Amino acid sequence: MAKALNAGYKRHYPKWHRERVPIFWWLRSASYVKFMFRELTSLFVAYAAGLLLVQAWVLGQGAAAHARLLNWLSHPAVVTWHVILLATLLFHTVTWLNLTPQALVLRLGRWRVPKTVVWAGHYAAWLVLSLVIVCLFVGVA
Amino acid sequence: MKSVAVEVLRYRPETEAEPSFDVFDVPYEDNWMILDAINHIKDQVDGTLSYRWACRMGVCGSCGMMVNGKPVLTCATYVEDVLPGPVRVEPLRGFPVVRDLVTDIQDFMVKLQRVKPWIIREEEKPLAEGEYLQTPEELEDYKQYSMCINCMLCYAACPIYELDPEFIGPAAIALAQRYNLDSRDQGREERMDVLSQHDGMWGCTFVGDCSVVCPKKVDPAGAIQRYKLDATVDWFQSVLMPWRKR
Repeated sequence: MAKALNAGYKRHYPKWHRERVPIFWWLRSASYVKFMFRELTSLFVAYAAGLLLVQAWVLGQGAAAHARLLNWLSHPAVVTWHVILLATLLFHTVTWLNLTPQALVLRLGRWRVPKTVVWAGHYAAWLVLSLVIVCLFVGVA
Repeated sequence: MKSVAVEVLRYRPETEAEPSFDVFDVPYEDNWMILDAINHIKDQVDGTLSYRWACRMGVCGSCGMMVNGKPVLTCATYVEDVLPGPVRVEPLRGFPVVRDLVTDIQDFMVKLQRVKPWIIREEEKPLAEGEYLQTPEELEDYKQYSMCINCMLCYAACPIYELDPEFIGPAAIALAQRYNLDSRDQGREERMDVLSQHDGMWGCTFVGDCSVVCPKKVDPAGAIQRYKLDATVDWFQSVLMPWRKR
């Protein structure tokens, strides 16, 4: 540090006040609550992925094991839970797809693809993939 | 003349350990901004009130404050728009308060400098060769990010910065992106070294409020996500095509 020319000079150190962050900071605004809920739904996404893996594994364990799983899946409590799960997955998907035009800038030559096209493209891809999966399941059934 | 109650956060470190609120009854006219009300308090009621302001036209970025819990430029926010009172005015959230409505912005200044917000050239071409020309499309690439006025409203809206002050923050990353996207710049790698660290772009969880409060529609949240995407593509390229230099 440079030596002060004036020997009597005393450097000023302000006495700051720093506000403590409250534990419920995320209740301050609707957008924070929505953000936290979106993050929380990641757990539901993980559960859905895990359930899919379990289903695939059970299929390899034979018909009896698969029947037991189907029996468990058809229980009213499990069905109710999975309806809630579906709602959270839809919320997660929709909120993320709505954010994509902000993150993704596409160019075709010198033309910048408009945000609405990026947004619509993601929804179209989601719809097409969902239809393909439904057709596969219907075909198998 | 109409009047409104204005609650102003006061912090006088030489006499008070904690801040408190002073309430002022402020007469106002239809076209008054919040800054006019604060200036009225300073000029007519209590000259010791401390705060920053300069241009009164939404350009200097000095008069950012929390009004009813939201970060705004007080020179660009009508009193009429925050009625019925009381109107609560506080310093920008996330920054240490020096006095009343004045925050210490040194942290932002240091972070801003770290991302090197200027044009970096590996080699300058001779003056005789003329200017670095740009097409309108090349200008359009970064123009939005160049609108940043360093008002720090985005930092006050960012819960990540408040929870982890090490986070380099929205405006600094948006300004880094502004220069990365400039066709004249060659400093992308240098900035990536800074922003790919633990306190850089990956700290952002995309709350998105920084873009909502930005008075210049810079969209720092978008800039950060674009940066993340670029970094991811860079990483894949370095693994899959190590011979290719971007």
